[in-house]
Amino acid sequence: MNFCMTRCTSVIAAAMACLAIATPAIAQEKLKLINVVELSGAGATAGTNWKNGIDLAVADINAKGGILGRQIEIIHYDTQTNPGNTRAAVQRAIDEGTYAVLGPVFSGPIGASMQIAQRAEIAQLVGGEAAGLTRQGNPYLFRTSLSQAAAMPKIAAYLQKEVKAKNIAVVWVNNDFGKGGRDAILPELAKLGITVGADVSTEQGQADFAADAIKVKNANVDAVFVYLNEEESARFLSAAKQQGVGKPMIGETTLLGSKVISLAGDAANGVRGHVGLSIDAPIPAFQEFGRKFQANYNYASDHNGLKGYMAVSMIKWGTEKQKSFDKKGLADTLRGATIRPSDEPGIMITTKIEQNGDLDRESFLAEVIDGKQIIKGTLPMLNP
Amino acid sequence: MSEVTVTQMSAPRSSMRIDGVLLALFVGAVVLWFAPANMGRYGTYVLSLWLVTSVAVMGLNLTLGIAGLKSLAQAAFMGIGAYTTALLTTKVGMGWLPAFAISGALCFAVGLVLGFPALRVKAHYLAFVTLAFSSLIWLVLRNEQWLTGGVFGLYNIPRPTLLGIRLDGALVFHRFVVVVTLVLALLLWWLIRSPWGRAFLALRENPVRAASLGINIRAYTLLAFAIGSSYAGFAGALYAPLVEFIDPSPFALSASFFLLLMVVAGGSGYQLGPFVGALLGVVLPEWLRFTGGLYLIIFAAIVIALLIACPQGVLGLMERGWLAAKRLSGMSAKR
Amino acid sequence: MAEFIAYLIAGLATGAIYALAAIGFTLVWQTSQTINFAQGEFVMLPAIFVLIAVKLLGLPIWAGALIGIAAFILLFGWGFKLLLVDPMIRHGVLPLAIATMSLSIIMKEGAKDGYSAEAQKFPSLIPAETLSFMGVSISLQHIAIIGVACIAIGGLQWFVTQTKIGRQMQASAQNPGVALILGIPVAQMVLLTFLINAALAALASILISPIYLAKFSNGEVIGLFAFIAAIVGGFNQVRGALAGGLIVGVIDSLAAAYISTSYRLAVPLVLLVVIILVKPEGLFGRPEERRI
Repeated sequence: MNFCMTRCTSVIAAAMACLAIATPAIAQEKLKLINVVELSGAGATAGTNWKNGIDLAVADINAKGGILGRQIEIIHYDTQTNPGNTRAAVQRAIDEGTYAVLGPVFSGPIGASMQIAQRAEIAQLVGGEAAGLTRQGNPYLFRTSLSQAAAMPKIAAYLQKEVKAKNIAVVWVNNDFGKGGRDAILPELAKLGITVGADVSTEQGQADFAADAIKVKNANVDAVFVYLNEEESARFLSAAKQQGVGKPMIGETTLLGSKVISLAGDAANGVRGHVGLSIDAPIPAFQEFGRKFQANYNYASDHNGLKGYMAVSMIKWGTEKQKSFDKKGLADTLRGATIRPSDEPGIMITTKIEQNGDLDRESFLAEVIDGKQIIKGTLPMLNP
Repeated sequence: MSEVTVTQMSAPRSSMRIDGVLLALFVGAVVLWFAPANMGRYGTYVLSLWLVTSVAVMGLNLTLGIAGLKSLAQAAFMGIGAYTTALLTTKVGMGWLPAFAISGALCFAVGLVLGFPALRVKAHYLAFVTLAFSSLIWLVLRNEQWLTGGVFGLYNIPRPTLLGIRLDGALVFHRFVVVVTLVLALLLWWLIRSPWGRAFLALRENPVRAASLGINIRAYTLLAFAIGSSYAGFAGALYAPLVEFIDPSPFALSASFFLLLMVVAGGSGYQLGPFVGALLGVVLPEWLRFTGGLYLIIFAAIVIALLIACPQGVLGLMERGWLAAKRLSGMSAKR
Repeated sequence: MAEFIAYLIAGLATGAIYALAAIGFTLVWQTSQTINFAQGEFVMLPAIFVLIAVKLLGLPIWAGALIGIAAFILLFGWGFKLLLVDPMIRHGVLPLAIATMSLSIIMKEGAKDGYSAEAQKFPSLIPAETLSFMGVSISLQHIAIIGVACIAIGGLQWFVTQTKIGRQMQASAQNPGVALILGIPVAQMVLLTFLINAALAALASILISPIYLAKFSNGEVIGLFAFIAAIVGGFNQVRGALAGGLIVGVIDSLAAAYISTSYRLAVPLVLLVVIILVKPEGLFGRPEERRI
């Protein structure tokens, strides 16, 4: 009798155990993430890199079992770098039940659409760097890179201490990205007593920079701060070389990126500046990512690829921390958190998220030597 | 007042066809009132955007299709209307209805001022003058940050509250757009039926002959251009609260080209043409979204195919088909 | 002073490109009443064709250039006339103009989706050296552009005025009805102008793509300036388009230098409006008679 009961009990226990394992597996649905990003139009280069970074992260995470056992399903919507389309796409993403909103990358479309995720109380992780985004009291917006407000003081300090410039030219692209950067750096320069000898605005998509290069050359400046999008940066560097400007070119991440280096060729050598994220940084995780990206997509990732990868990792960390799939809870968990690579390797570098969605991280100083970006120094976090 | 009888688009057949237009407008309005019931907010948004674009295309249809003036400034006027409404409702706190009226009136006035020198030039040159005007307006919108928010645009444009009803939600705002579009379309219908409308048609067919019959060409040309531009202003006044954010990019030169393509694709001169054209330009891309970036090529190819087959656009094609069907069924074709 | 000369030369170089684009634009308008709103894309696409020939077919650069340019002239000279202009010219000027607007979209999006959305390096026949002259740095590439453009335009001017075929082309443009009566093969002359337009556009493309980088969106600005150049210079004369191009290029350069760079584009636009209102036939054009 004892034997029979033991056997029965063990059979029932085994059956219940099977049921316990089987039921969650049957009810296991995918975790929907929707990426609203510029895949055409002015933002195509940046947006495509962001998208590829996200796809890599999703593949990596899914291969290791997904987030809390659920596989990620990623969908991409093209906003065509149009703010109106972006709004509609974010609305659509929320209608279709996304867990969190990824993107956009360009600051203008972000500004246009962020209230929608805010109203729906869903976390939105963006690639934009414009300072104004986190100054509007939106607690659901999270950056994946340093903002212009954080980067510009570092550049101004670099111009004063290392380049020893007293008078500089600022060449910027007349869109939300470029104007935001210019508006952020001008007060920092004024604080340090550096004058602006030439304030040159250029058009998005501009091809002919001869006149702008001549203007800079004749402004008698000690250095040139270049804040343009990728292709325009390359064209300006070439034009500057042609016109014999001959002054140090200082930039912020984009100017020292691989795309600009490959397009500008020789003209990119000697460019220096501040780099927030880079696959050439002395961080093994960054370099590993760079290799994976190159193997998958046959070209070198820019900082937007890193941002995309980190965005998904941030979502993973937040979900695992709150141990549930509560959309509002994800935002609450991310706010004010510090994510370390030891807890979440996908974040690649210790990242502190401020209450307003800004990030605090180490960053780097770099120079382009012989067609490669070489990291020359590391700048610490502002509030470690 | 001398009446000009034009054989093509008006006279006997027109009274039957225009009544058809009236019927179509009312039926369409009812259908669209109920259409978004099962669509999410995004689908409703697309329908509303389609109607708002139709208003701008209606204006251009008057200017180009009926009065024969090649204007490439329609998107710029839409921008003026949108920014006026946005600034008045956000910075000054004005209600939407007065802002809407002011937007239309301002565009009418600017249309007159632009038209006065511009309409003296020969036909194709008007296209280039309006092209220059369009680009200049975009530059001003982009550069004058103190007024227009520059590249950063204007945020949080409120949706109207009329008669105590808040029109914030997607569905209720869509129904509001349906009503406004219907009113504007009816106004245009009435205008085209009126003697003014026939004068506009005479301008298109042969301005010199029309002048010899006593029509004051300059006055009517200016009027057609100004009214067409004010419709763009009205469209802009609807666009701003629909998207709740504006920046200069939707009002750039390429948008003016697009509006022109939509007029022609739908059927230049036909009163229902703008709705068909805007459908091709706004809703078709949504249906074709799965093709990736190809939908623009498909749209452009459709326009070219239409132009080769039937320059009167989709409605022209339909009219030909209708006439062919009548002939086949043995009825005599009306001339 | 040195600064002014530098701006002048830079302006002349870009102006030479606008002139090449404007001349083709004018020729086509004159002979077949076609306002080619896709002219800018005509200058963008040949470079893409060459890159496709080189990268996808693996040809060396000179072969790729020949094949790319030949393919372009065939498609957008002969093909353009046959498939677009001929069927539509009977409908009037406006539908054809709108068809060219659609064509520009197809060319632009086609280049973007078919080849690449990103800018590509384009090899240059001229080394990227600079000369120093009276304290001014002048780029060799800019000088080459001005030189080649002048030779091409000079050659075209000689062809149009000194050869029999050229004079037949002029006659077809000025009065096709009478030309037909006189036994001139008008249709073939029209085809010739389209081929010349495509060839000039291809030349412009090869000259500027090394500097501007080959990108699908290059056509937008070039097209706009080509129209302005053609109208400002004058529609009826080849030398009008040349003068118009150079003037517009220089004015653009000087506007960037001495007027605010955010309003740089406004200056050529205002010039366009002024010329249309005051002297619509252009600075060097002949007044046209009105046809009733």
